[in-house]
Amino acid sequence: MKNKASFLPREGEAQPSRCPDNTAFKQQRLPAWKPQLTIASVLSIFFLTGAFCLTVGICLVLSANSVREIQVDYSDKCSDCSKLRENSSNWNKECHCSANFTLKEDILGDVFMYYGLQNFYQNHRRYVISRSDAQLLGRNVNIQRSYCAPFSAYRNGTPMAPCGAIANSMFNDTIDLFYSHNSSVIQVPLLKTGNSWWTDKNVKFRNPESYNLSSAFAGTARPPYWQKPVYLLDEEDERNNGYVNDDFIVWMRVSAFATFRNLYRRLRRVQRFAEGLPAGNYTFRISYNFPVTRFKGRKHVILSTVVWSGGRNPFLGIAYLVSGTAATLTGFVITGIHLKLRKKQTYFQEQ
Amino acid sequence: FTGEIRCEAPNNKLDKFTGTLTLRGEKYALDNEKMLLRGCTIRNTEWCFGLVIYAGPDTKLMQNSGKTTFKRTSIDRLMNVLVLVIFAFLALMCLILAIGNGIWEHDKGYYFQVYLPWAEGVNSASYSGFLMFWSYVIILNTVVPISLYVSVEIIRLGNSFYIDWDRKMYYPLNDTPAQARTTTLNEELGQIKYIFSDKTGTLTQNIMCFNKCSINGKSYGDVYDMSGQRIEVNENTEKVDFSYNPLADPKFAFYDHSLVESVKLNDVPTHRFFRLLSLCHTVMPEEKKEGNLVYQAQSPDEGALVTAARNFGFVFRARTPETITVVEMGETKIYKLLAILDFNNVRKRMSVIVRSPEGDLTLYCKGADTILYELLHPSCNFLKGQTTEHLNEFAGEGLRTLVVAYKSLEEDYFQDWIRRHHEASTALEGREDKLSELYEEIEKDLMLLGATAIEDKLQDGVPQTIETLAKANIKIWVLTGDKQETAMNIGYSCNLLNDDMEDVFIIEGSTSDDVLNELRNARKKMKPDSFLDSDEINIQFEKSSKNQIIIPDEQANGVYGLVITGHSLAYALEGNLELELVRTACMCKVVICCRVTPLQKAQVVELVKKYKKAVTLAIGDGANDVSMIKTAHIGVGISGQEGMQAVLSSDFSFAQFRYLQRLLLVHGRWSYIRMCKFLKYFFYKNFAFTLVHFWYGFFSGFSAQTVYDEWFITLYNLVYTSLPVLGMSLFDQDVDDRWSMLFPQLYVPGQQNLYFNKMVFVKCMLQGIYSSLILFFIPYGAMYNTMRSDGKAIADYQSFALMAQTCLLIVVSVQIGLDTSYWTVVNQFFIWGSLSVYFAITFTTYSDGTYLIFTASLPFIGTARNTLSQPNVWLAIFLSIILCVLPVVGYRFLKAQLKPTPSDKVLLKIKEAKKRPPPPSPKRRLRRTSTRRSGYAFSHQHGFGALIMSGRNMRPKSPFATTGTFSPNSDKYKHKGL
Repeated sequence: MKNKASFLPREGEAQPSRCPDNTAFKQQRLPAWKPQLTIASVLSIFFLTGAFCLTVGICLVLSANSVREIQVDYSDKCSDCSKLRENSSNWNKECHCSANFTLKEDILGDVFMYYGLQNFYQNHRRYVISRSDAQLLGRNVNIQRSYCAPFSAYRNGTPMAPCGAIANSMFNDTIDLFYSHNSSVIQVPLLKTGNSWWTDKNVKFRNPESYNLSSAFAGTARPPYWQKPVYLLDEEDERNNGYVNDDFIVWMRVSAFATFRNLYRRLRRVQRFAEGLPAGNYTFRISYNFPVTRFKGRKHVILSTVVWSGGRNPFLGIAYLVSGTAATLTGFVITGIHLKLRKKQTYFQEQ
Repeated sequence: FTGEIRCEAPNNKLDKFTGTLTLRGEKYALDNEKMLLRGCTIRNTEWCFGLVIYAGPDTKLMQNSGKTTFKRTSIDRLMNVLVLVIFAFLALMCLILAIGNGIWEHDKGYYFQVYLPWAEGVNSASYSGFLMFWSYVIILNTVVPISLYVSVEIIRLGNSFYIDWDRKMYYPLNDTPAQARTTTLNEELGQIKYIFSDKTGTLTQNIMCFNKCSINGKSYGDVYDMSGQRIEVNENTEKVDFSYNPLADPKFAFYDHSLVESVKLNDVPTHRFFRLLSLCHTVMPEEKKEGNLVYQAQSPDEGALVTAARNFGFVFRARTPETITVVEMGETKIYKLLAILDFNNVRKRMSVIVRSPEGDLTLYCKGADTILYELLHPSCNFLKGQTTEHLNEFAGEGLRTLVVAYKSLEEDYFQDWIRRHHEASTALEGREDKLSELYEEIEKDLMLLGATAIEDKLQDGVPQTIETLAKANIKIWVLTGDKQETAMNIGYSCNLLNDDMEDVFIIEGSTSDDVLNELRNARKKMKPDSFLDSDEINIQFEKSSKNQIIIPDEQANGVYGLVITGHSLAYALEGNLELELVRTACMCKVVICCRVTPLQKAQVVELVKKYKKAVTLAIGDGANDVSMIKTAHIGVGISGQEGMQAVLSSDFSFAQFRYLQRLLLVHGRWSYIRMCKFLKYFFYKNFAFTLVHFWYGFFSGFSAQTVYDEWFITLYNLVYTSLPVLGMSLFDQDVDDRWSMLFPQLYVPGQQNLYFNKMVFVKCMLQGIYSSLILFFIPYGAMYNTMRSDGKAIADYQSFALMAQTCLLIVVSVQIGLDTSYWTVVNQFFIWGSLSVYFAITFTTYSDGTYLIFTASLPFIGTARNTLSQPNVWLAIFLSIILCVLPVVGYRFLKAQLKPTPSDKVLLKIKEAKKRPPPPSPKRRLRRTSTRRSGYAFSHQHGFGALIMSGRNMRPKSPFATTGTFSPNSDKYKHKGL
């Protein structure tokens, strides 16, 4: 039998007690909010979300339906050209074709022209990395060390500007739109700038510094599939030439999926087209340079208006409607189950 | 002293030793009789010669303590399995994608080479697929939770600190806080199914105290208040003042003043009662300083009785082989000790025959009531009735009782008897039988004096703790070195055994067959069907080899207890009886193993570990518990009483047994729930994160293109999602500690491992897969062939990546919010902080300045500004959140409503109870209604009366024996204590 009293700390002795501190943290008594799934909170979550989703869904569907969109697939219409392009030795032969469509009603407001590609795997990993951002910033860098290969330099060592598979495969069809009115054909005025993100145009892409553009690119060569060097992309507009060319910038922003559309031109709202596109017959004149048949790709040209939620994609609206309906229905089911259970409970209690 | 000892190598046999001592050319045989085991106390001698044979880890006791094994929790083992499963899953995903890549390169990539030539060295689609397999291994490896192990250790460490910090497990009397000595076993504390407990020092304090007595039909010991109501004894109750007696033991406490008065009034039976207690025993006194008496008793019960007599004024002062010196109410008297009729297990009583200084011959006897009642004189019948009533009352309170009686002897008869006694004790043949016959002859027609009641003091709160643990469906096995009587007695007083039990089986067979029969009979009674061939366990036996099987829980048809002695246990632990023992014992609610060696303790634990899929905990305080502490899944050491051996080999330690309920029901339960929640969430978030890449593979030509920005991939596990889940797993509480103690049923899901198992893992995986589908296809659908509200493109890769990763991060943050049931400031800070950090980092790395500096590594410039300003992007993000989270909310709510688990019901009850003010924590004393009375207060096997009578080992009588007188009735003390 041992004497417990001997363990007692004697009075006056400054023995540090090993007693733990009495703090809320150490005693796990921190004040806390303890949310719980009660019938009230669950039902309000379901019904409120349901109501919200239905409202948003209706708005989205309505606004998506108000978008006017004309999509013309010109892969088949230009089959002669596409056959010509299948043979790469014909690269310098020009080929034109045209596609017609009729507008029964005016398209009012801003109209945007897109080119669409199908089956073009811009999101392939090796494709996505095949670029040199430093080069596109106008810096003199050794692109041999970037992922541009095999489109970084020619055999003789001349580097490509811009390098990489993305730049090399740039979409190079030219599409013009003509409006036929009373047997006169007018070219629809289109804007080729202002189509890219501000950050891309002003930060991400810069031409090399030099007294003029062609000297800035001296010592480099155009990518193999290009018909002209990068400093001749837009000879009319200095600020749309070289790396900062809008068509080039838009192309360089690779798409997330194999089917995509890129902004090509915007309607310049002047004269007849101040209100948009008037009803009538239109023709796309296409200078066909971009071969897609080999990999079963398809090419489109699209005219579209936009609303706050973007284009004519109904997915989000329908998804919201479906989710809203499902949430509301589940809310009712839960209410039903709860009432039934409560009835049963009170029944048992009465017994 | 120069000699040489040759002996056997260190071993763990406690009862065997062979060796020889060579001293000056002579050889002496050494056997077990000459050995003292580590931890033995030598009594009744000032000094002795000895030689250390084995030291430290070589001692027999330490050899018994078993090997130290590396302990891991079942969740650890499950985690390892799951990680393998995940690896297999990863390989499968990569294989699918690699095959996909082969087909894609064959069908499409081959033709797409115009714009994207194959990589150098790749000349066939199948080789490209092969390379892609490894690319995908790299991309998808985030599904294997590498940081999981680190986080798990952090959580365990945190939860261990909570144990160290808990004031409610701090014992102020010896300044001992609880201590988590192992920081890797916390969650297992929430899954305990079997507790193996030591008795002495763990359940009991190893202190016996004289608590009550019945003298001549009057019961003493209870305290009554003014109105005659019995009141509970507590620290404030006034103690009886023994200051009239300078030889009194100051530690002795008694509360009933009427007994002292009765002593002071010279009540004859009372005096005779205490005289008996001071004479009839085998205690050795030690008085090194005058007045400082120390008793060396063979059993603490005897010590308690003699100490009681000493305090009431009958001080046993000294003994010689022929005399006993007693200071009776201040008057020194020397009694002649004529015979000791010693105690043994069959007689269950002991007697002394003494001649008083006046010359009267008296036989004093004390023993178990069942035995002594047979020997009483018929004239005592009335008194017997009254005493029986009192005995029942005492036994009902779990006290250990003895009945005391005396008999005056005729001189002639005694002379005759002592002569025959002498003859018998020198007889060569049948000495034992002859002696016991003689004893029987003289111990009859005894006059009943009364009864004593001794409390084997339990530690505070032991019965309540055991009751609570039993409610938590934890089975308690007591493994003790004590003898069966004592062990069972403690069993009753701890509420382990009680009269509500259908039966308490006692296994004490001494051959293998006996033990088998006893075990089988017990099982037959508990569950007759278990012998049918159709019983599933029997079928299982047939099928599989005996070493592999796990015995499922069997339900007995009532509440049973099992007591097994060490001897029988030795047989039961042998190969073919193991299974019988496990099946029978595990059907009982309580198992008590008595007279077990340290190694057997470990074997019993090992047995349950082997055949039961259950988590075991062993708790003990002494060196003899080390083996079982090391063997059990979790070892708990009680610090304080018997040295540090047990604590040093334990995983958790604290000062009092009652803290065990807090350790298990509060800390263990929380740790388990937190760990499970953590694992569930962790697997979920990694699946949701990684599988998006898998789906994207089908749309990106299986080219191992990642969905997210590579910086996001790097920081996702490390920065964006690590703290919220850590916060949850360090602070979460579904109910607070008071409720988990009030409703021990909440502990049961942990035992059944309901919160995290393979099934739950599959559910997490499915939830992760579902979320990843939503997280991929909603952004995909929302972006497909659409544009910004200003007509510019938005379906580019970088915008998609940003959108998908923002969706993902918000969804997993909402999910952790849904899982967190206890939102402290820290949780709020972590969750909101992580989200803010995400947006801060995103906007910073996507800014102009950083791009110009780190052009190559931060190509996402401007994406955040251009994308996150679009309403349809936010609508898509919101939709993904709704679709990921709402089904979970609905599922959880409906599951709790439609198929509530028992713990759901308890939680509901608590929720309702919380609306009312919380009930005060229960502080009731358990009253037992047991009428059992076999626990008599002898805790040893054989007395050593013979040793005393022989005079061997007897030191010269105390030098102070004749001095020191006092009178309780002297004027000085007359008015005190009345």
